[in-house]
Amino acid sequence: MVAGLKTSQDTALDPSFATGLFRDMLRIRMVEEEIAKRYREEKMRCPVHLSIGQEAVPVGVSAVLRRSDQVVSTHRCHAHYLAKGGDLRAMLCELMGRAEGCCGGRGGSMHLFDPAVGMLLSLPIVAASIPIGVGAALALKQAKRDDVAVVYLGDASVEEGVFHESANFAAVHRLPVVFVCENNLYSVYTPLEERQPPRPITDLARAHGLYAVAVDGNDVVAVHRAASDAVRRVRSGSGPAFIEAATYRWREHCGPNFDNTLGYRTEVEFETWKRRDPIETLAQHLGEHGLLSESQRAGFAAEIAAEIAGAFAYAEAAPYPAPETAERHLYAD
Amino acid sequence: MPTERVITTVEAIRETLAQALRDRPEVFLLGEGVADPTGIFGTTKGLVDEFGPERVIEMPVAENGLTGIAIGSALMGRRPVMTHQRVDFALLSIEQLFNAAAKSCYVTNGRHRVPFTVRMVIGRGWGQGPQHSQSLEALFAHIPGLKVVMPSTPYEFKGLLHGAIDDDNPVIFIEHRWLHYVSGPVPPERYAIPLTGPRLVEQGGRATVVANSYMVLEAIRASAALAKVGCPVDVIDLRVLRPFDPTLIVESVRRTGRLVVCDTGWQLFGIGSEIIAAVAERAFDALKKPVVRIGLPDHPTPSSLALAESYYPGSGDIVDAIGKLCDLPAAAIAAARAEVIAARRGIPIDKPDPAFKGPF
Repeated sequence: MVAGLKTSQDTALDPSFATGLFRDMLRIRMVEEEIAKRYREEKMRCPVHLSIGQEAVPVGVSAVLRRSDQVVSTHRCHAHYLAKGGDLRAMLCELMGRAEGCCGGRGGSMHLFDPAVGMLLSLPIVAASIPIGVGAALALKQAKRDDVAVVYLGDASVEEGVFHESANFAAVHRLPVVFVCENNLYSVYTPLEERQPPRPITDLARAHGLYAVAVDGNDVVAVHRAASDAVRRVRSGSGPAFIEAATYRWREHCGPNFDNTLGYRTEVEFETWKRRDPIETLAQHLGEHGLLSESQRAGFAAEIAAEIAGAFAYAEAAPYPAPETAERHLYAD
Repeated sequence: MPTERVITTVEAIRETLAQALRDRPEVFLLGEGVADPTGIFGTTKGLVDEFGPERVIEMPVAENGLTGIAIGSALMGRRPVMTHQRVDFALLSIEQLFNAAAKSCYVTNGRHRVPFTVRMVIGRGWGQGPQHSQSLEALFAHIPGLKVVMPSTPYEFKGLLHGAIDDDNPVIFIEHRWLHYVSGPVPPERYAIPLTGPRLVEQGGRATVVANSYMVLEAIRASAALAKVGCPVDVIDLRVLRPFDPTLIVESVRRTGRLVVCDTGWQLFGIGSEIIAAVAERAFDALKKPVVRIGLPDHPTPSSLALAESYYPGSGDIVDAIGKLCDLPAAAIAAARAEVIAARRGIPIDKPDPAFKGPF
């Protein structure tokens, strides 16, 4: 057991579990770096919203979820999908518009879902998936299942009325839902302070009667601890919870590039957050405790690189959907 | 032969909802007023007592959020039935209906289903005015992935509402509130009408009248008066606007060569326009006369009775249109017109007509 790597006040983090968190974050990072690298080839002909820099949140949260727990996500859904166990090949096929994409090429990168692992849906309209996740929680409660729903949202989502409508209903009916707000400080290029008054986002959640905590979203252990606590409360029927995880998007809002030259954020700010890389932060902790050697890390990276190369090769060779299928499934049979 | 049971549309809706709640544990109701003492014009009255607040959910005043919540539950296998006391209120939920409900099945290549019925009431009459009486079916019918239903008689209400709740797709179920008060024969047992298309109400042959919702009753009244002056017409109840199947209408126009469409909504860009386009595409050669559109004029609904008088078309306008299309003698048109006006017995245009009773 490792001092300083506590999941809760009384449970220390298992070393293999901790290296697992590291590997999961590294895998998501490497998938998205590869997407960024290959994006100019124009085989992925849809917008991409990368989560590079934000990997600790979905990995820390997913580590406490069951397969049957339900997750909804946003336009920036790659990391949530992968962390919940979403199929990598189906994701890359979707980005490349192939028939074997999770949506058969109908959704693109902003509609990732994988019902087999409880990745219920992703929607690209800001805050639109929030009520869907609350509805999933209502269904879980009605069906008397002890699973929970997790709603990922961004900091701009709390500016939408539907967040408040959803949080209110979740609280009134004590629904088993955890709202996980990734506060990356920007809505596209517009900083938080131009959009919201100087009050904690958790105050909004508390005003609706939700249990709310703020956490360092670049510290996967802290995220895991907060998620463990929230999910335990929610699963036991105590009503909905809200986690605000402070984090930072490294690349542009949409696309594979860095965009600091636009001037909407400072180089100093960017570098400060980059030094707080969630992956390197954990690697340093693990290294200090002798839990992650350079060779072990290289081994992880090699395994992941091989998986990613294989998945890209698979997707690139996969067939496109036949044009005449475009009108199918307008309605369920 | 047993006497047919005659009940009002309100009673037919309530019976349908109670049967659905009883038959299928995954059905639940939600709406503003769904569990209150008046129960959405009586259509949900008392259901909370029988089925409990978990299945008859009085919802916060949050139309978009609760629509999304209903959709999320439907994705997980529940069958929510939401009610808006006015179509106008449902405008707050358009984002969820158009983006999430309508597209989930398509985007997921058929893997997601959204069995979700949304009842919306057209609040015509008694000075309801511009934002409490809109008939916005064309808006919903424009969206691929939604189904849109506008029932006419109590029998149709029950069958189509069961059909909507049984359907695995999002269904916009638009109820004209003047139809709520109408009575007609309704079998007590459960029966579902699949949401497949229009029905032929009357076959007369001289012209084709296609109407939806409340305008079906006005068309039937016009048709009866026209038959007496020797001009029997086909009356088609559009009933299912989407999926759109104009086959029956095209067949009728091929027989009659004359078409009148009657909407409860605005004429411009309305449902009637789509019907006319479908006929023009498929049976242009059969048309003997220019088509006629009957619908609301191109301005919002005014509240004052003085201004509403000329706003709502009725059976008199249908008689006039058919008379002209069929070259009826002026005396015949006048006689038919006098009959439909007399049938209304001087009831002002802002009140429903209690004479509308089945069988239709």
